Amino acid sequence: MIRPAKMIRQVLSSLFKKPATNLYPFNKFEMPDKFRGKIVFDPELCVGCKLCMKDCPAGAINIKKVGEKKFEAEFDLGKCVYCAQCTETCFKKALKFTGEFELASLDREKLKITFNAKPDDTASK
Amino acid sequence: MIGSLLSIFIFPGFLFLMVFGLSAEFIDRKLYARLQNRVGPPWFQPVADLIKLFSKEDIIPEEANPAMFKAMPILALTATITSFFYIPTWRNEALYHFNGDLIIVLYLLTLPTLSYFLGGWYSTSLFSKIGAVRTLTQLFAYEVPLLMSILAPALLADTWSLTEMAVFYSAHPWYWLFNILGFFVALITLLGKLEKVPFDIPEAETEIVAGTFTEYSGRLLGLFRLSMDIELIVGASLLAAVYMPFGLAISPIFAFILFLIKVLSIVAMVSVLRTVFARLRIDQMVNFCWRYLAPFSFLQILIILALKGFLVR
Amino acid sequence: MHKFTVPIGPQHPALKEPESFNVLLSGERIMKFSARLGYNHRGIEKACEERTYIQNVYLTERVCGICSHAHSSCFVQAVEEIAGLEIPRRANYIRTLVGELERIHSHLLWLGVAGHEVGFDTLLMYAWRDREIVMDILAKLTGNRVNYGINTIGGVRRDINTDQIKDVSKAVKKLKERTEYYVRVAKEEVTLIKRLSGVGVLLPKDVLKLGAVGPTARASGIERDTRKDDPYGAYGELDFRVITDDHNDVYGRTLVRLGELLESYKMISQILENIPEGPITVKAPRKIPAGEAVSRYEAPRGENVHYVKSNGTDKPERVKIRAPTLANIQTVAKMLEDRNLADLPIVIAAIDPCFSCTDRLTLVKDVGHGKGRKMRWEDLHSHSIQWYKARGIDFSDLNKKMEKLLK
Repeated sequence: MIRPAKMIRQVLSSLFKKPATNLYPFNKFEMPDKFRGKIVFDPELCVGCKLCMKDCPAGAINIKKVGEKKFEAEFDLGKCVYCAQCTETCFKKALKFTGEFELASLDREKLKITFNAKPDDTASK
Repeated sequence: MIGSLLSIFIFPGFLFLMVFGLSAEFIDRKLYARLQNRVGPPWFQPVADLIKLFSKEDIIPEEANPAMFKAMPILALTATITSFFYIPTWRNEALYHFNGDLIIVLYLLTLPTLSYFLGGWYSTSLFSKIGAVRTLTQLFAYEVPLLMSILAPALLADTWSLTEMAVFYSAHPWYWLFNILGFFVALITLLGKLEKVPFDIPEAETEIVAGTFTEYSGRLLGLFRLSMDIELIVGASLLAAVYMPFGLAISPIFAFILFLIKVLSIVAMVSVLRTVFARLRIDQMVNFCWRYLAPFSFLQILIILALKGFLVR
Repeated sequence: MHKFTVPIGPQHPALKEPESFNVLLSGERIMKFSARLGYNHRGIEKACEERTYIQNVYLTERVCGICSHAHSSCFVQAVEEIAGLEIPRRANYIRTLVGELERIHSHLLWLGVAGHEVGFDTLLMYAWRDREIVMDILAKLTGNRVNYGINTIGGVRRDINTDQIKDVSKAVKKLKERTEYYVRVAKEEVTLIKRLSGVGVLLPKDVLKLGAVGPTARASGIERDTRKDDPYGAYGELDFRVITDDHNDVYGRTLVRLGELLESYKMISQILENIPEGPITVKAPRKIPAGEAVSRYEAPRGENVHYVKSNGTDKPERVKIRAPTLANIQTVAKMLEDRNLADLPIVIAAIDPCFSCTDRLTLVKDVGHGKGRKMRWEDLHSHSIQWYKARGIDFSDLNKKMEKLLK
């Protein structure tokens, strides 16, 4: 059967419905929990095996040794593909993903974040 | 002298038509969006678009004929504005009228289409040329049904003047109901004239980019956009004047508000129609116009002739 | 009549990706059509050789932005075959579930694009609005809307719990209702039918000759579906039909895709009911033993083929990807023969092209003196037959079958 303007009923009923569009920057969008967003690093737990660096598909992680059993991580959010493979590779669970996803920046340097190791308290002893 | 200048530039001339045209564009876009379950643009969007276009540089292709390229948007705009002066708005009498002004309005409404054709043709881009040829092909398809369906109410009123038609229908308030078939034919052909879905073939963006307007930019494109908005208004007012000629004689303010309601409801009908169809192909469009629309408008004329025989006089 | 050539692309509103088509027009009629690929070559195959297997899972996922799961699954299947890994049943079910959800999102996306190409923007808006339901479900299940990252070598990375099962079945119920509505729209809306039916006709014999795959082939009545012909994942345990249509045109392709959506909903409810308990992953070695494997996967656009060759290290020696668009793109020229220019966007869109997945570089080299050598099609054909014959595989039966089908 052929009917012109088949969608008309649905289309007119849309007039009385709320728009499906979300006015994004004004209405914040909730991501489901366990959404793979920005990666955070806990220097306390890191043992410096550097397996995360090896497995990262984008080469976004750089782990540096800054002292005896002290490591700091440098992340390039511009390179990261948010696959969260590093969080699975890390057997000490020093890397975790958060739900944060609004990371855009006009400055490339701002995308590079460093997780510093805790200041050395053994030196003060 | 000052009175006519005022009426040409302020009301019901250029300024009024610009404001009304832009608000009609807003209503059309907002309604289109809401029908598609979207939010749609804010109220100032058409003005903002126009200001943006007017503040930009005009780029004229090297191959194009500069004189024709520049003249066409102005021709389109002036033709549409002029045609509005013959349409009754707040009383039975239009600003200017003489016997035969109906034909003049239709002629002036053909000029923008012709200027789209010439503008596209002289910009020499391939997409523009295809769009231009499609514009003209489409013109030949919808012009005859449009003319015939507008002929019917004029035949009933026995005049070629929109003003005299308004006078006639004020004297016989319910006679406009006889023209209802013609109204629907004219509404569909209006979609073709305004190049809206399903007849937006001349500017089908997925096929030929923007058709005629591919090479236009800046102020010239702004003028074309404005003339299309005003064409929407003038087309809708023509339909309102011809098919809904009631309530004009009561009081000027009431009649004017009624006129606005009539025009905006026709604009709304155009938006609804352009929501529910897919774009036709040019051969299908020509076929549809000649096979379905032309016979229906002919039927309308026959109805009117029969009525005139034993009902009216 | 005056003839002129119109360039469609590399930048054109009808194309969502850069690709160049030159169309020789006589009036509105298309006299000649030629396509030029290669604007999006990203060197993914070479990049695969530089990365470890675990990195490659994410790299192959990024071959395509729409069928990302299809590519990573296909790659992972090949690697698992070389490594001799037996995947837990639960992992297979989850892979299949995500694969089918991905098919739903891809087909709804296609429906919207097809609507836009024929100027029916309302259909685009509604189809994409409903697509959000499945996108949200995918984000909930996998942690991302597009690059799901659910696959890993030896299984899947995330388990599915009962709450999620409930969410999925609720979403599927809603989507089923919407899809049935779109089927009615496609079958009844007169302007849509006018633009779709009789356009882009591809006869079954041309499908076989040009080697079209996926919905393009199935809409011409060729029952060709890897899920049925060579079951992978959990497809062997599911009950489903291969949707075919005998319209041979764009209209048929629309109906096939909509029908596949309905089949996908059926499959998903079967998966949710029968999902077995158990582990979701097995331990995979970092170094894959030497060997080679070809893996096939029915992506939403057609059959995906990945070839992986390993040499005992943690990086593959060669990865070859054949995206379905490469098989289908040849048919476009055939479908556009003597058609109207207005049909070009929808005919190209009807194969659901994904040009950036397609762009590959091939160089035939003679082993030994390392110089490039050109091979004619006939030579390549006979060379391949000889090559397989030397390894004890005979294609003469298949060839006879093919000739019979072509008649």
